[in-house]
Amino acid sequence: MIRIFTIFLAGFCAMAGTAMAQQAPQTTVRAAVLRVDPPSLPPISRLDARPGDLGFAGARLAIQDNDTTGRFMGQDFEAIEVAATPETAGPELQKLLGQGIPFIVVLADEAQTLALADQAGDAALILNAQARGDNLRGADCRANTIHVAPSHAMLADALAQFLMWKRWPDWFLVEGSHPQDIALAGAYRRAAVKFGARIVEERTYEDTGGGRRTDTGHVQVQAQMPVFTQRAAEHDVLIAADEAGVFALWLPYQTWDARPVAGSAGLVPRSWHPALEAWGATQFQNRFEELAIRPMREEDYQTWLALRMIGEAATRTQSADPAKLREFLLSPAFEIAGFKGQKLTLRDWDHQLRQPILLTTGSVTVSVSPQDQYLHQSSALDTLGIDRPETECKFRGQG
Amino acid sequence: MIDRIALSTLALLVAASPAAANRVFVSNERGNDVTVLDSETLEVIGTYPVGARPRGITISPDGKELYVCASDDDLVRVFDPETMQETHTLPSGPDPELFVLHPSGNPLYIANEDDNLVTVVDTKTHKMLAEIPVGVEPEGMGISPDGKVVINTSETTNMAHFINSETFEIFANVLVDSRPRFAQFNDQGSKLYVSSEIGGSVSVIDPATQAITKKITFQIPGVLPEAIQPVGVRVTRDGSRVFVALGPANRVAVIDGATDEVLDYLLVGQRVWQMGFTPDDKFLFTTNGNSNDVSVIDVAAMKVVKSVPVGQQPWGVVVAPN
Repeated sequence: MIRIFTIFLAGFCAMAGTAMAQQAPQTTVRAAVLRVDPPSLPPISRLDARPGDLGFAGARLAIQDNDTTGRFMGQDFEAIEVAATPETAGPELQKLLGQGIPFIVVLADEAQTLALADQAGDAALILNAQARGDNLRGADCRANTIHVAPSHAMLADALAQFLMWKRWPDWFLVEGSHPQDIALAGAYRRAAVKFGARIVEERTYEDTGGGRRTDTGHVQVQAQMPVFTQRAAEHDVLIAADEAGVFALWLPYQTWDARPVAGSAGLVPRSWHPALEAWGATQFQNRFEELAIRPMREEDYQTWLALRMIGEAATRTQSADPAKLREFLLSPAFEIAGFKGQKLTLRDWDHQLRQPILLTTGSVTVSVSPQDQYLHQSSALDTLGIDRPETECKFRGQG
Repeated sequence: MIDRIALSTLALLVAASPAAANRVFVSNERGNDVTVLDSETLEVIGTYPVGARPRGITISPDGKELYVCASDDDLVRVFDPETMQETHTLPSGPDPELFVLHPSGNPLYIANEDDNLVTVVDTKTHKMLAEIPVGVEPEGMGISPDGKVVINTSETTNMAHFINSETFEIFANVLVDSRPRFAQFNDQGSKLYVSSEIGGSVSVIDPATQAITKKITFQIPGVLPEAIQPVGVRVTRDGSRVFVALGPANRVAVIDGATDEVLDYLLVGQRVWQMGFTPDDKFLFTTNGNSNDVSVIDVAAMKVVKSVPVGQQPWGVVVAPN
């Protein structure tokens, strides 16, 4: 048995339909992943504890994938991994900009993502792989930012389509007290109007502080949650808007009425789930798990996708020139495969990546939205989130 | 036991009749078995266990060995097509999905989707001859009619790799649209067709220059563009008709092999995946993964004449040459 190690040198590239006689000289496409870790309490479930390589593991797989293709194209890819605190994020970004890194994948909350985008200005393209706030795609949109993570509106619409298909139009909305919870609840209110659901009752679950996990946690919860959800108007489903992860996981089976829970617990809309096997995802999950020795999280998927987008741009343009890659990414020609059964493309009005949303429970994918019944004149994916006529985004320098 | 009796009865029938029917072998990805059909009566002859997650399926030119990629067993299992008894296994590397047999019957070139490799196996000695590093998620495998060029498509790298079938070296890479799934030469060796599932196109490549001469795209009234996902490709022996399975569009496109223009769309079962001709090109069988059946296309009439229920999630299909 011979293993052929030298074929890449012997191989030559055929581009745009024309075979090229020589391998292009090696060029490097540089990127960075900047993850901002705020101080936080442990999650409700120890299964949800943040792995140290969250996001970075996705980046490593993307670089492997990009490099495998790059060997045939004479391109090499790298991604610097930086874990920062809210205080050090700015200086860390400055260092990256100082090194001339043109593509920066950011895993941070809304406010920090916006601040980093403004700090980067024209010096780098920001790929948002975490923050879901609709404001970042609306009034606070930035021309130098691409949103790989789905927005709150996309996630809420994805769930709403499924609930309407189920004929569960009466919703009991419970929102947390943190700003991101309130923003998410807003997305559910909007989705209800958009798809004809009724929010029949709204309550706020105040975060009064303290540990989210104690030895007697479930004992307290068993007494508290039924009382909290008691005497709500007649509803089909309880929707929890708990972006901060304070209470939602305690709701299933603890509600006063025997109703399913969806949103931040129960049936959860997500960009990715480690049990997805359709559309070739099995092989992708296997590759990730072999590399990271853990299941893939949404942050890993979104970071992988962000770096694959850069890789795809480099492959298609046969260039490492950041300006060319950026131009291609934002052009109508750009599309990427992301193991979701169809091509993913960018909305030109707010730079949001169009993508199907998985509706998941703890261990399976229950459904994938958009649901077939929801049609759209240009792309069914635009039934999810903020469509062109509704956008509040005005990139600077544009009407 | 019942199957055996049915089989021997059929064998008698075949022996008695010169217009011999061919056996059609359908791999059922979820059923872990192969359904065998009769190409004339279009009846199911039997269903036989073949190992875990059977996908790619092919048969030797002499019709004596049936090869099945048992993806979750990390093996190619080899069966006697008459008895459907396993005779031996071939080393395949991890997660074999699709493969292509040299026109002479040896060797077998296997795509290992999990490992970015194409594995070459000698079908006589059962030994691995080479492992060829290719792009990410190798899937489609094709071979030129003269047996000199093997094509592998890598789904995440989006390339068709041209491999010298003897030295096992890649000598050209052609960038195609997203998620290339399948590579098929016409028998004249003048065109190579590569389907792109997510890109929604079929690239027509001139094998001599490795240049893309045409990108065939598909529009079907009432079907969302996202649902049009080309996968399996088959070409009639005379090269005049190209059939492309369009996955969740539930259609097979018929293309003029000379002009590369789409002539028609034939409605088949759900999530149509792979296809196989009878040796006389009279019928084309399509596997429909979501409706768990096989559609039978009358090639000359360009009409679907029957659908036959098979096992769970039919994936690949091959018709015995004799």
